[in-house]
Amino acid sequence: MAIEARNVTKRFGDFLALDDVSISVESGSLTGLLGPSGSGKSTLLRVIAGLETPDTGEVFISGKEATAVAPQKRGVGFVFQHYAPFTHMTVWDNIAFGLSIRRRPKEEIHARVTELLELVQLNGLGKRYPSQLSGGQRQRMALARALAAEPELLLLDEPFGALDARVRKELREWLLRLHDEMHVTTIFVTHDQEEALEVADNVVVMNAGRVEQVAPPRELYDHPANPFVMSFVGPVNRLGEAWVRPHDIEITHEPNGVAQEAQVERIVRLGFEVRVDLVRDDGERLHVQLTRNEAEVLELAPSDIVYVRTRVERTFSENGEPTRPAPSSVS
Amino acid sequence: MPGARKRALGTPALGSGLALGYLSIIVLVPLAAVAAKAADGGWHHFWQVAWNPESRAALELTFELAGGVVAINAVTGTALAWTLVRDEFPGKRFVNTLIDLPFALPTIVAGLTLLALYGPTGGIGVDVAYTRWGVLMALLFVTLPFVVRTVQPVLIELDRDMEEAAASLGAGRFTVFRRIVFPHLLPALLSGVTLAFARAIGEFGAVILIAGNLPFKTEVASLYVFEHINSDDPTGASALAMLMLVISFGLLLAVGALRRWATRHDR
Repeated sequence: MAIEARNVTKRFGDFLALDDVSISVESGSLTGLLGPSGSGKSTLLRVIAGLETPDTGEVFISGKEATAVAPQKRGVGFVFQHYAPFTHMTVWDNIAFGLSIRRRPKEEIHARVTELLELVQLNGLGKRYPSQLSGGQRQRMALARALAAEPELLLLDEPFGALDARVRKELREWLLRLHDEMHVTTIFVTHDQEEALEVADNVVVMNAGRVEQVAPPRELYDHPANPFVMSFVGPVNRLGEAWVRPHDIEITHEPNGVAQEAQVERIVRLGFEVRVDLVRDDGERLHVQLTRNEAEVLELAPSDIVYVRTRVERTFSENGEPTRPAPSSVS
Repeated sequence: MPGARKRALGTPALGSGLALGYLSIIVLVPLAAVAAKAADGGWHHFWQVAWNPESRAALELTFELAGGVVAINAVTGTALAWTLVRDEFPGKRFVNTLIDLPFALPTIVAGLTLLALYGPTGGIGVDVAYTRWGVLMALLFVTLPFVVRTVQPVLIELDRDMEEAAASLGAGRFTVFRRIVFPHLLPALLSGVTLAFARAIGEFGAVILIAGNLPFKTEVASLYVFEHINSDDPTGASALAMLMLVISFGLLLAVGALRRWATRHDR
């Protein structure tokens, strides 16, 4: 089911949540809406679901104008940030809800709920109430509930936000597999750039109610459209006019003409990754990412004097457009 | 740990001893006195004075009216609470304060007001004085706040996400109310109507003026008891009181069971 939003604007009192936003989502794709809190990503998702009515602009579902269509008539599965379980119903009844209100035959409901419990690995927990589930189980129940009536569009609002890191990672992989199997058009909201880059095949970066860039993860990372995207999708160093990623800085012990002197301030070892904080002689701080092997070869220690050189740096013109990236020394 | 908390507040024996002692002085001992009074002349005599045509009519009327009060309050009280929580309109705060007025007013004043407006000299063409409708109105007046005030906080706390989730799953507004909102309101609604019911079967002040106290027509249980005390028949009064006590206690137990069923998912 293809989705299109055209020139959507939404205000809440004085707050401009969506400012003339247009996006289009291909049928069968997995799209991430990425942005800081207050950027309008959740509001856009709710407009698509029909839970909010835009002040101006239109929403098209499968090419049909659907701006004023009630949420219950959109054929959309929505997973809420805090799962919104029906606390007075068992897990089974939660999942069956969308089917039972459609008055589907009992045998069909039974078969479908059994299948979904299997799919979300909640077999045997159908008789429990949501308050007796863990956060990850509640999340999976919410997903099963949204999927029960076979929606053509699945919308997820910060689906993994409230879970601990390990469960989150598991669920991410699980969502990816699920999408591969079911091919339901999926849009999810996240403020976590890593999550967006890992899961989505297309990412919409939003900021202050506007769309900053729409691109596949790799292009987003390699060719950010403006300084906001550059700094939001990954860590950066700001060096005068130039922006440099921490892994695009090279550290050597020997000065070789184009490198600049700096002192090691702190070294953090995170398994495969090693983070080095440096202070240049002009007082500017640099964050550098090395692999463990690189760090071992360099044998760095705090207060060592080293030489740094950037491999790739990016500059943006005054109106935010990228100018040609070029390898150069730290200026 | 509930056990640990109990110890911190003193021994459980001390706490329950105090609670039971207080309950005995305020409730149990007076009730026992009524029971003793009613049983003065033995079981046969008790039954004779408690169960005569006039007392039966009074009891029937009382519980009929209380049933009506429950049914009407359940609907109007929920609707009022809904409006006060979910709708915005000018003067909402004023209306919200108005709800408590029947609590604040001496009930005899309530009776007086109703009689002045809906009585023979009311001047609006409605005369319900000395009729059952008048008694029902008086009871509705004094029981108005109960359901509103028990349902309102639950409605405020209710997670709106749940309703949106149901809507996105295909439920229309009525289905959302029936399947999602109502089950959450039910325990509070039961509390509210139980309070309204208890008040309705016991109400005296608001009823006495408008009922006119016509046996077999508008004489409710409380008026029956009052009349029999006045005409020097304390045994008859106590006997009916005893009967009402037993019936009410049975109903309270039933509502308690219903409430436990309605909140089964919270445990």
